[in-house]
Amino acid sequence: MKNIDSNTHVRGESIYVDDIPPRQGTLYACVFDSKVAHGHIEALDVSKAEAHPDVVKVVTYKDIPGINEIGGIIKDEPLLAEKEVHFQGMPIAMVLATSEHSAHEAVKRIEATIKAHHPIVDPREAHAKGELIIPSRTFRLGDSENAWDECAYIVEGSAESAGQEHLYLETQGAYAYPTENGSIRISSSTQGPTQVQRTVGAVLGLPMHKIEVDVTRLGGGFGGKEDQASAWATFVALGVYLTGKPVKYILDRMEDMRMTGKRNPYVSDFKIGLSNDYKIIAYQAEYFQNAGAAADLSPAIMERTLFHSTNSYFVPNVTVQAHSCRTNIPPNTAFRGFGGPQAMFVIEAAITKAAEEIGVPASVIQKANLLKEKDKFPYGQPAGGNEAVDSWVRAEEKYDIKALRAEIDAFNQSNQLYKKGLAFMPICFGISFTKTDMNQARALIHIYSDGSIGISTGAVEMGQGVNTKMVQVAAHYLGVDPSRIKIETTNTTRVANTSPSAASATADLNGKATGIACNALVKRLTGAARKKLGLSEQAVITIKDEFIHVDGQQTELGWEALVQFAFLERIALTENGHYATPTIHFDKEKEKGHPFAYHVYGTAITCVTVDCVRGRYEFDYVKIAHDFGSSMNKIVDLGQTEGGLVQGIGWMTMEELMYNKEGRLLTNALSTYKIPDIYAVPKEIEVDFLESDKENMAIFKSKAVGEPPLMYGIGAYFAIRDAVKAFNPQAEPPFSAPFTPEKVLMGLYDGKANNVESVPVGAVKAKG
Amino acid sequence: MIKFILNNTPISTDKHSGTILLDFIRYHKALTGTKIGCREGDCGACTIMVGDLRNGQLHYESMTSCLTPLGNAQGKHIVTIEGFNGDGLTPVQQAMVDEGGTQCGFCTVGFVVSLQGFCLSSKPQTYENAIAAIDGNICRCTGYKSIERAAQRIVDHLGNYKGQDKMNWLVEQGYLPAYFKTIQQQLETLKAELPQPITPQNGALTPVGGGTDLYVQRPAEMRKTAINHFLDQNELKGISRKGDNIHIGAACTAEDLRSSTIMQEHIPNLHAFMKLVSSTPIRNMGTVAGNFVNASPIGDLTIFFLGLNASIVLSGVGTKRTIALKDFYKGYKQLDKQQGEFLEEIIIQVPQQPIGFNFEKVCKRTHLDIATVNSALQIKLSGDTIIEAHASAGGVGPTPKYLQNTCNFLKGKPLTEATIQQANEVIQDEISPISDARGTKEYKRLLLRQLFYAHFLTLFPDRIQLAQLV
Repeated sequence: MKNIDSNTHVRGESIYVDDIPPRQGTLYACVFDSKVAHGHIEALDVSKAEAHPDVVKVVTYKDIPGINEIGGIIKDEPLLAEKEVHFQGMPIAMVLATSEHSAHEAVKRIEATIKAHHPIVDPREAHAKGELIIPSRTFRLGDSENAWDECAYIVEGSAESAGQEHLYLETQGAYAYPTENGSIRISSSTQGPTQVQRTVGAVLGLPMHKIEVDVTRLGGGFGGKEDQASAWATFVALGVYLTGKPVKYILDRMEDMRMTGKRNPYVSDFKIGLSNDYKIIAYQAEYFQNAGAAADLSPAIMERTLFHSTNSYFVPNVTVQAHSCRTNIPPNTAFRGFGGPQAMFVIEAAITKAAEEIGVPASVIQKANLLKEKDKFPYGQPAGGNEAVDSWVRAEEKYDIKALRAEIDAFNQSNQLYKKGLAFMPICFGISFTKTDMNQARALIHIYSDGSIGISTGAVEMGQGVNTKMVQVAAHYLGVDPSRIKIETTNTTRVANTSPSAASATADLNGKATGIACNALVKRLTGAARKKLGLSEQAVITIKDEFIHVDGQQTELGWEALVQFAFLERIALTENGHYATPTIHFDKEKEKGHPFAYHVYGTAITCVTVDCVRGRYEFDYVKIAHDFGSSMNKIVDLGQTEGGLVQGIGWMTMEELMYNKEGRLLTNALSTYKIPDIYAVPKEIEVDFLESDKENMAIFKSKAVGEPPLMYGIGAYFAIRDAVKAFNPQAEPPFSAPFTPEKVLMGLYDGKANNVESVPVGAVKAKG
Repeated sequence: MIKFILNNTPISTDKHSGTILLDFIRYHKALTGTKIGCREGDCGACTIMVGDLRNGQLHYESMTSCLTPLGNAQGKHIVTIEGFNGDGLTPVQQAMVDEGGTQCGFCTVGFVVSLQGFCLSSKPQTYENAIAAIDGNICRCTGYKSIERAAQRIVDHLGNYKGQDKMNWLVEQGYLPAYFKTIQQQLETLKAELPQPITPQNGALTPVGGGTDLYVQRPAEMRKTAINHFLDQNELKGISRKGDNIHIGAACTAEDLRSSTIMQEHIPNLHAFMKLVSSTPIRNMGTVAGNFVNASPIGDLTIFFLGLNASIVLSGVGTKRTIALKDFYKGYKQLDKQQGEFLEEIIIQVPQQPIGFNFEKVCKRTHLDIATVNSALQIKLSGDTIIEAHASAGGVGPTPKYLQNTCNFLKGKPLTEATIQQANEVIQDEISPISDARGTKEYKRLLLRQLFYAHFLTLFPDRIQLAQLV
């Protein structure tokens, strides 16, 4: 089934926040933000802005009726700075004006005198100074300290991965207007409507029932609108509260890039020990997560890093420790993979470094250590329903790895100006919110008296096709044609207390809730059919293909007639389904438990061609064997796989997020921050649907697909490295992602440049 | 009054000619299918089709409405997604649906409009050209593969066209609503009514070509500036050969340059070079002269023409002078240009015997990106001796750099690896790169060395070996 939004998307008729027709009297908001990363506000002069003829009000923290606090996990983030500023882009004041242009003009007239303090941008510096968001955490399995003696090879090193801008094509924004009795209705581009509702309630000092949040769809989210959408929705709600007028704020691209957080950059140290036959005996890693200026979701992201420290490998002795380091850049946040990719990059770097020192291909070590059934992760959960080995073998066989390698060797033998490189990238990703209590969802289903159906869930549609999957679930259980079903907007007055659409778990959680509601309705409707058809208790009644079936035989009784009959019989045609993932639990004291409903596995083979004169590169192919469980929608799942992969390749190659030492974002526009365009993607992406009927807890056994494919992109880094070393075997490029054309060229000519001073490329996190 | 046709509606507006067309479409006309993604021409979410009469022929090309001043719509047919929608889906829309080419949908309209434009285009309707049509559109969801599959479907379907009247065929096949058949006539009528454009020498007005730089740098100011819209002034259009010279009018866009047979004859690799410059919609808007006057130290076309040793004609009120392009740049964004002077024409010499010319550019993303370093080289040999060389480099100093010392050094030297290595040393002495978001200064030095080597490796693959250079 195709994405149900496709037709309106291609016709430009889908509605995003900025497309909502403005109400009369609408005011436009614009935020004045700090130009200093760390400092004390000595004076704030808004008088010139107030004097602008179109300005209605300039809002500061003093105007906040409730608490000046938007932190989700930890209460450490004010909506508007009071005395201290903690990052460049931190909101200080908000202008409300009668036009968008005037609001922007007026913001330029605000003057702040800020005494600057030393800003920290490097997480190691923050760690050394004790600037931690939460106490550090350590996961342990076996005894790594005492295992080094058993190792034939021990390799140590460092790895760093830069942040990543979400670059959802639709920027952050919200539009709110007052309703009766002091209530406010907000249209928000958010993945977490309940989080918006809760935050607005707290800031305005209003109970949650006075705040209605409605989401039609997002023009992309990728985690960037999980927690970070709340601020903008709160700003417009605050404007409504203070003026009684509708208020709209759509960030322009540079505001969005400057003021919002991104994927957490990490710097990490690793130590890995292997036996003579390349079994990993012990692994240690220490992760320094750059959290930015406030907690946001970083503590949960750090936890997921620990959960994914060993990727799809079994290691008997593991000690991994993570620090969430407070720095003076915007609070970093969720981004597809949520700390998992950062962890995987480190162990892949460790394996690659070990392979280079031992003198074997990295794939030999990777393959020798893949998880087997019943192997345990460092947090104690067994790797059940495991496809680590199967997906690897499938990729090797289906894509004929011997032929691929022979082709690359031949090319490299006969070409001086271009070299090819290859990398394997196995993945293993846990599905569930690691905060167990978030693994719950509800669905509200109305069957109208004419037989049409409306479904509300907590799921937010942002391109991942979750609404399409909800239609499939309901059509399956109710036995009706999908065209009867409409998916309503996501609205806090219809489905309350929702978890954000995140963690790849949205279709599972909301799909299961939808299924539960459908089953309850089917039970009542088949009861009605029994009465209408005068059937005995023994008759088996089902609804299929829009007709009532008795003992497998289709009757004359159709869906519409049955619904009409049930309605007249005063049978409830509305149902609320509730689902909470069973089995899962986690003990944070022991750092052990069973946090995930299941894991998703897969293996990718990436081949790149590096232009050894210019340092450019092109990806020839990425060939994937991916564990879909039993895919319920191949067109949606293929789209998620290809899109996730390319986003991961972007993170590993051209997406270079740079802050200077003063904490200013240098790559603050699409002209300086580059994401893949159509010519930058692999020439060929092949996806093999590794289907299995093994039991899993996914909806229709169709495994979650949102995040895992992103991590195939990590293979891009190691393929480039392979090609650079084919040209210059002496090259020792640091394990520093992204592998930009700059780092490639420096690597190609590392020690080879005869008349140019060649310097190693330092940390990407701070330049200039 | 600005008059044009917006989809199927004649527009006559007294709004300021500097108004951004995207704002006019979305906020004044409430056509919300066109999206705002970046407002700097880098994402394509606001792509529109612009139809114009050229030599009596109706011709459509894509533009980004975020950088287009309303004044540039004068006398044209502006088509948004709403203007392509019919009762059912067009074959383009259907292909995008069938291949799953849309996920969140926000970029989708831009892709659809660009592909609709491809169908209208008179270029060969190959898969490569279909992809080129969407090379200015960014998608963050799909990874483009499903969109590539949709493009292939469209190309296959267009293969059914057998040379009949194209507009009729597209209407019959459901690509276009029937009103498109009336546009040619409507534009002819409209053009006849329009006033003559203001002369380029009017110094009181700010000259704006395609808007691709000014509307990125200072959009708020441009909305209120009195503008001389020179993009459509016929006397500034056109590329012609006069004796040993090629003359390029100030209003020539990068696309005009790319598609010129005169230029292609002179530079056989022109298409490959121009593929490195920006994207299809931006090339449809940005003028060559605008690239020169903007004075960016990494302007691709500036570097390109410095390598061609171009001259420019500057005309003021009652004055006209010709200077070498390399003498135009005095310092960072400082030009040898008087108040009221207007860059009217670009002239390059076409030598009798064939020359070697090469253009190189490296950036973080190979396409649709600003150069980290770019470079051009024109070289003339007599036997094994270099008798003339023009080398340029961008991104290595405050101005687009003509590598004068390097050119002087090369003259009279034998074409050998040793000469090239020594020339690189001269280069390293005459450049002064700084570290910025595009790269460190050390990298830029190494990169220019490599691009300089690449010129020779490309032009003389049998004579120059990389292994001998590094």
